[in-house]
Amino acid sequence: MASLITCPHCGVRPKEEFAIRGDASLIRPAPTASDEAWHDYVYVRANPRGRTLEHWHHVAGCRRFLVVERDTVTHEVYSAVDGVVAAREAQR
Amino acid sequence: MRYSAFSIVRNALSGNLNWKPQWRQPQPKSHYDVIIVGGGGHGLSTAYYLAKEFGVKNVAVLEKGYLGSGNVGRNTTIVRSNYMLPGNESFYEFSMKLWEGLEQDLNYNVMLSQRGVIMLYHSDAQRDAYVRRGNTMWMEGVSAELIEREQLKKMIPFLNYDHARYPILGGLLQRRAGTARHDAVAWGYARGADQHGVDIIEHCEVTGIRRENGVVTGVETSKGFIGCGKLALAAAGNSSRVGEMADLKLPLESHVLQAFVTEGLKPCIDHVIVYGGGHFYISQSDKGGLVFGAEIDGYSSYAQRGNLATAEHVMEEGVSMIPGLSRVRVLRAWGGVMDMSMDGSPIIDRTSIDNLYLNCGWCYGGFKATPASGYCFAHLIARNDTHPVARALRLDRFARGYAVDEAGAGPQPNLH
Repeated sequence: MASLITCPHCGVRPKEEFAIRGDASLIRPAPTASDEAWHDYVYVRANPRGRTLEHWHHVAGCRRFLVVERDTVTHEVYSAVDGVVAAREAQR
Repeated sequence: MRYSAFSIVRNALSGNLNWKPQWRQPQPKSHYDVIIVGGGGHGLSTAYYLAKEFGVKNVAVLEKGYLGSGNVGRNTTIVRSNYMLPGNESFYEFSMKLWEGLEQDLNYNVMLSQRGVIMLYHSDAQRDAYVRRGNTMWMEGVSAELIEREQLKKMIPFLNYDHARYPILGGLLQRRAGTARHDAVAWGYARGADQHGVDIIEHCEVTGIRRENGVVTGVETSKGFIGCGKLALAAAGNSSRVGEMADLKLPLESHVLQAFVTEGLKPCIDHVIVYGGGHFYISQSDKGGLVFGAEIDGYSSYAQRGNLATAEHVMEEGVSMIPGLSRVRVLRAWGGVMDMSMDGSPIIDRTSIDNLYLNCGWCYGGFKATPASGYCFAHLIARNDTHPVARALRLDRFARGYAVDEAGAGPQPNLH
């Protein structure tokens, strides 16, 4: 993993300040959605080899949830944006 | 290739130039009854038991690298059956029993050493949990012993008993558990399968799964198309990638787990010792190196290497348990890609495609399961019926609400 992560709020920070929560490409289904939709959301993972979107929690910084794009093979980190901004851009 | 004291003398006298390979290097045939994707421990043991126990001999094992280059050569070699949940314990005990007869069965020295695995406890609550686990093991017919502090001090005197935060109060011991030489397990199964007519094809990467009318007809590989009657996937950390070729949606995430070995020392650690204050485990190899590891790094990864922060954490745990470790030098570190399932337990099952079978989700417990995984998977492939000890390890258990969650961590793969 890149040693330094550029947090949109805190600037360049060491990666040890962050906790990785997991896949950020999943979208929570409506409460009334089918069992299958909920099963896919809770259990099924695309598990990509290459670029992936992840939720990172900046635990030792701003404590915001970020959406980080990185590579699962090279561990290169491409970008980090605030979770709210990412959701707004996706019109969610 | 067979070995004996006589063969060692004879080959020594001829300058060790006449040793023969242990298995053939065949070119793939155009069609097999069963193709197994993945030449790791599980794929090889599946092929071996298919040929030997279930009479299916027209089998190929396809391995994209060289044999034993994946997790079967990257683990910390621990074998044990000290699980708690019913669906797990009977399966791992079946595996332990197969381990006990494996060297005779394969006629191959896998250096099984039943030196005992002891899991330490550091609080009254943890002692209660281990008493409970030991009792559930006894209910499955597996022996377990609770070792109290004074007795443990005589057995393992060098532990940090009076640690301020994690004092060592005792441990749960499974005497029949221990270690095995991981490479020899792969080689032994490979030689055994080869002798029964299985084609082991190395450096043959599967690039696609061809389907017609809803059934698999064969696989596209780097050595061309190979047809098959049944296709079995045992691709460990790459299960999602191979599964994707057949549009399978799997409850898996690939994570990296690191392991370490130190320079060789004189015999000092007689057991496999598991720290209860974290998740650190250590044993000493026959060569003298201390072999140890701990948790996965915690983020999804296909890289066979981890991060320094995790390595540092592992060392801290080790020194916390055995202060003397601080003076030992680490020789090597490496990583393996774990197919972490959503409940921490494996999957051996059919899929939505009739002749496609799936073996995955081994998290970081795959090595000890090698014999039982192969046996149960072979049973499933040959008879189209789940082996009794693998009944809980179904793919649809998540949808049905029957997850086998040993750690009680919920559907969060980096916590198992």
